[in-house]
Amino acid sequence: MNNRWQGVSFTDRLATVDYRVGERAHIVVDSDVCRSCTTKACVTACPANLFAPTAEGGILFNYEDCFECGTCYMVCNNDGAITWTYPDGGFGVVFHRG
Amino acid sequence: MTSYDAIVVGAGPAGASAALALARAGRRVVMVERGLFPGAKNVYGGVIYGRVLDDIIPAWWEEVPFDRWVVRRSTMVMTPNQSLSIDYRTDAWADAPYNGMTATRSRFDAWLAGRAVAEGATLVTSTVATGLIRDQRGAVVGVRTDRDGAELLAPVVVAADGVNSFLAKEAGLLPKADAAHHTLGVKEVLKLPTEVINDRFGVSNHQGVDIEMLGCTGEVPGGGFLYTNTDSVSIGVVLSLPQLAASGRRPESFIADLKEHPSIAPLLRGATLGEYSAHLIPEGGFHVMPKLAVDGMVLTGDAAGMTLAAGIWLEGVNFAIGSGWTAGQAIDRALATGDVSASGLASYRSDLEESFVLADHRRLRRAPGLVLSERVQQRYPGLVCDLAESFFTVTNPTPKAGGRKWLQAATKKHGVRLRHLVRDGWEGMRTFG
Repeated sequence: MNNRWQGVSFTDRLATVDYRVGERAHIVVDSDVCRSCTTKACVTACPANLFAPTAEGGILFNYEDCFECGTCYMVCNNDGAITWTYPDGGFGVVFHRG
Repeated sequence: MTSYDAIVVGAGPAGASAALALARAGRRVVMVERGLFPGAKNVYGGVIYGRVLDDIIPAWWEEVPFDRWVVRRSTMVMTPNQSLSIDYRTDAWADAPYNGMTATRSRFDAWLAGRAVAEGATLVTSTVATGLIRDQRGAVVGVRTDRDGAELLAPVVVAADGVNSFLAKEAGLLPKADAAHHTLGVKEVLKLPTEVINDRFGVSNHQGVDIEMLGCTGEVPGGGFLYTNTDSVSIGVVLSLPQLAASGRRPESFIADLKEHPSIAPLLRGATLGEYSAHLIPEGGFHVMPKLAVDGMVLTGDAAGMTLAAGIWLEGVNFAIGSGWTAGQAIDRALATGDVSASGLASYRSDLEESFVLADHRRLRRAPGLVLSERVQQRYPGLVCDLAESFFTVTNPTPKAGGRKWLQAATKKHGVRLRHLVRDGWEGMRTFG
């Protein structure tokens, strides 16, 4: 997958975003459900690029860099695959130029 | 336990306006905000139209933390290598009462919430309202929070908790997921010196530009935006969620394409990325707006789907303020009568119908369907750009073919029939007329 757009790597892109990372993963992915999913829309639609397909057909999710936008659960076709809550109060993304 | 007259969940523009109305009426009101500060979770796409504040904060423009007053509004229709713009400018918009401003939500939202606090509202940040508390009859009487499991009780809860409103979902007012009626906005804030922005966009200090774009999102229905801040330019796209998911393309790749467009690239030369962000937008319009009041609770702002994404007008913050303010006043009256049931709170909806909030949504109820339709998205941008090219290209020594020939050629090339043009023209009149 092409991870570079206009010379900005995704790591550099996310480095412009301020986070207060909490200890609790606010989004949990049930990889057993994901294994049967053929579309895996979350992988490409997530604007923070946090869903990574695993070799076994499941999904790895990195909650630390989440924008809390809701795209992943909205586009997900499989009930119960993505459990989505807000991070604990005061944690998560802090937009300064939104 | 402290007892409140109302609990407002979310201290964005909707929640802050509701809290301000209630505090001004002498009610005890608390705002519960999950971010570090109001605005920390919020992203928008262009212009805040401030006239809604005229009745709420007199001479608001003297204190609002704006970036630039918008004096140029452009609508650009484009293909990958063409563009046609309607560009309107008036420096009168840089004077009171002003038309619209660009601003940064971390500052704007914090300012508005601060105004509510100044008039007596309580603000609790870094606290998530995790669920509703109901009485035996099912009426909402408070919220649970993640602050040591504390519960807040009040006769009325204002759900101003944004586009993903879990309170509205828990109350059964919004579907759990509804991709078809949401778009994803992704944005890059690109840093440029103030003087460079002034020169490139032809404005002076405190004057700003907002450009809306159609035809820049490839096969995915949506649009683009570009606007000037004090020392940065914000550029982004709005993408229909189902088609984005089906496209297999990453959201930021649409911004990358837009930034390379020959009409856009020169404006951004030398800029560096200041912040990347994304947010969902409720885009269903009037037809899919949820019920606005249940026993003990009202929905406001994005939680109620109150944004207008109708191509020419992209509005949301103003609707959030208008709905929050109207809700606060309706709740004050309901508290006075002692009836905070759905029927006691019904004047919230009827007052909104009288105001611009629901009047504009009703008037433009067909707009989301039209603007996101296949012809408007995929065919008309190329058609009008080709027509413009025909008009402006001098083909000497070949004589000019003339408007009718050009129209025939352009419609044929883009697979548009005359009856489509007539029908969509009529639909456009009905939608925007």
